[in-house]
Amino acid sequence: MAQAVSHNPEPSASSPYAIEVEGVSFSYERTEVLKDVSFRLKQGEFLGIIGPNGGGKTTLVKLMLGLLRPDRGKIRILGEEPNTASRRVGYVPQSMDLSRAFPISVMDVALMGRLSRARMGKRYSRADEDKARQVLQKVGMWDHRHRLMGKLSGGQKQRVFIARALATDPEILFLDEPTASVDPEFQVNLYDILQELNKEVTIVVITHDIGVVSAYMKSIACVNKHFIFHEGSQITQEMIDMAYQCPVDLIAHGMPHRVLPIHKEE
Amino acid sequence: MWDALQLEFMRNAVAAGLLVSLVCGILGTLVVVNRIVFISGGIAHAAYGGIGLALYLGVSPTVGATLFSIAISMVMGIASIKSKERADTFIGVMWALGMASGIIFTELTPGYNVDLMSYLFGSILTVPISDLWYMLCLDFVVLLFVFFFYKELVAMSYDEEFCFVAGIPVRVFYFVLLGLISLSVVMIIRVVGLILVIALLTIPPFIAEKYTASLGKMMGLACLLSILFTLAGLWLSYQLNLASGATIIMVAGVGFFLSLAIDALAGKRRQATDR
Repeated sequence: MAQAVSHNPEPSASSPYAIEVEGVSFSYERTEVLKDVSFRLKQGEFLGIIGPNGGGKTTLVKLMLGLLRPDRGKIRILGEEPNTASRRVGYVPQSMDLSRAFPISVMDVALMGRLSRARMGKRYSRADEDKARQVLQKVGMWDHRHRLMGKLSGGQKQRVFIARALATDPEILFLDEPTASVDPEFQVNLYDILQELNKEVTIVVITHDIGVVSAYMKSIACVNKHFIFHEGSQITQEMIDMAYQCPVDLIAHGMPHRVLPIHKEE
Repeated sequence: MWDALQLEFMRNAVAAGLLVSLVCGILGTLVVVNRIVFISGGIAHAAYGGIGLALYLGVSPTVGATLFSIAISMVMGIASIKSKERADTFIGVMWALGMASGIIFTELTPGYNVDLMSYLFGSILTVPISDLWYMLCLDFVVLLFVFFFYKELVAMSYDEEFCFVAGIPVRVFYFVLLGLISLSVVMIIRVVGLILVIALLTIPPFIAEKYTASLGKMMGLACLLSILFTLAGLWLSYQLNLASGATIIMVAGVGFFLSLAIDALAGKRRQATDR
């Protein structure tokens, strides 16, 4: 089977950058949410985005997914327009948005990752089902495949959404606060899964958890209308000042092993 | 019941009940899970404007209501996308304007003689054969639509943003869905009237959702419940000599509260065993 096509973290011929954002501004109604944001992210990166609520983190991710259009500026994802690149991108939304009553099984949600415009109107194929099994096994949810989504815990649901995003064979994976509704043990577990994935896939994750950021991520950005990007996982004083909520998180539930950066193997 | 079925209008009524139940179960399920109940109500009421306009122009009310409700559903659909914040207000206004224009058009129609009540509360006993054909075609179109695009409809109803990112034209599906709802609303008006459309569209799926594990099964069970309510209501209205549309809705309403009561009892029993 076509194994994870062109998942190579090395700069590809088309574009060395996973993400290029140039002078992007965005407003809802008349409130400016993002102002003159510019940065470039290399392929194979693991970027953590921190910042206060309402600071524009989710908006920035939605712009990169093509769900929103910038008022000004230019965005390139893998060298393409966000809307065309979106089929090469996986997305894990904030899970609390989705209805609990909706009758859908774990397997059916994982299969959603195999949707594509080209195969509209056709049933899921055998290969789709194999892929769904593979990704559910990866996140440890295969045994729960027949269960209803509404009956799962926050952490289990989050795993299924990650599986669904992986089923798209993404070259970039975006996660919007993946640990927001999750038990603390699973947080660590999740970031271990992500770190493993990062060997093949560029990862961008929005998080409130500064401890996790310094332990797992290769680079870090802070969004609060403006955007500060820092290659390397140190959090600068500038970021702390801008994202006034981050230090609160640090004190509130920082466990020692998450506050201190873990030394990388190499 | 058998002697009643000897009557042609009764046979037509049963056929209409069955045909309409199919669209109610399928589209009603999509209405409920996509949370577009209010838009559907708006379309149903605004359709009266089309009926009035058709009477005024001297064309078939069914044709008038169909075209008018499709047009208005598209406007409402655009409003719900363009101004998410105030979409419900906008839809409420269109709802009222549609009805008001219907009343004024019927008043302006010379020799006005149409029974307004039959549109408000339905007249399943006077369904003409032509409407049965309309219903049959609509059932066929809705079945085809769901058969071919089932996986897209499930995915879109569950997580629209994800589908958009996956490249599925969710907007197109949304408007096709609204269009199909408009067509079926016109048919449901025949059976229970425009005031009661929402009940028949939402009660069966609401009950079905709690006992099913997939959208397809939810649609199936909603169809069966809809058939049960429609036929039981029809039979009761015949026996007790009551208005058919209102009786059908009352039966559905009893089903609605029965299912809530069963849930409450089951919840209590679960609590007891947990303890």
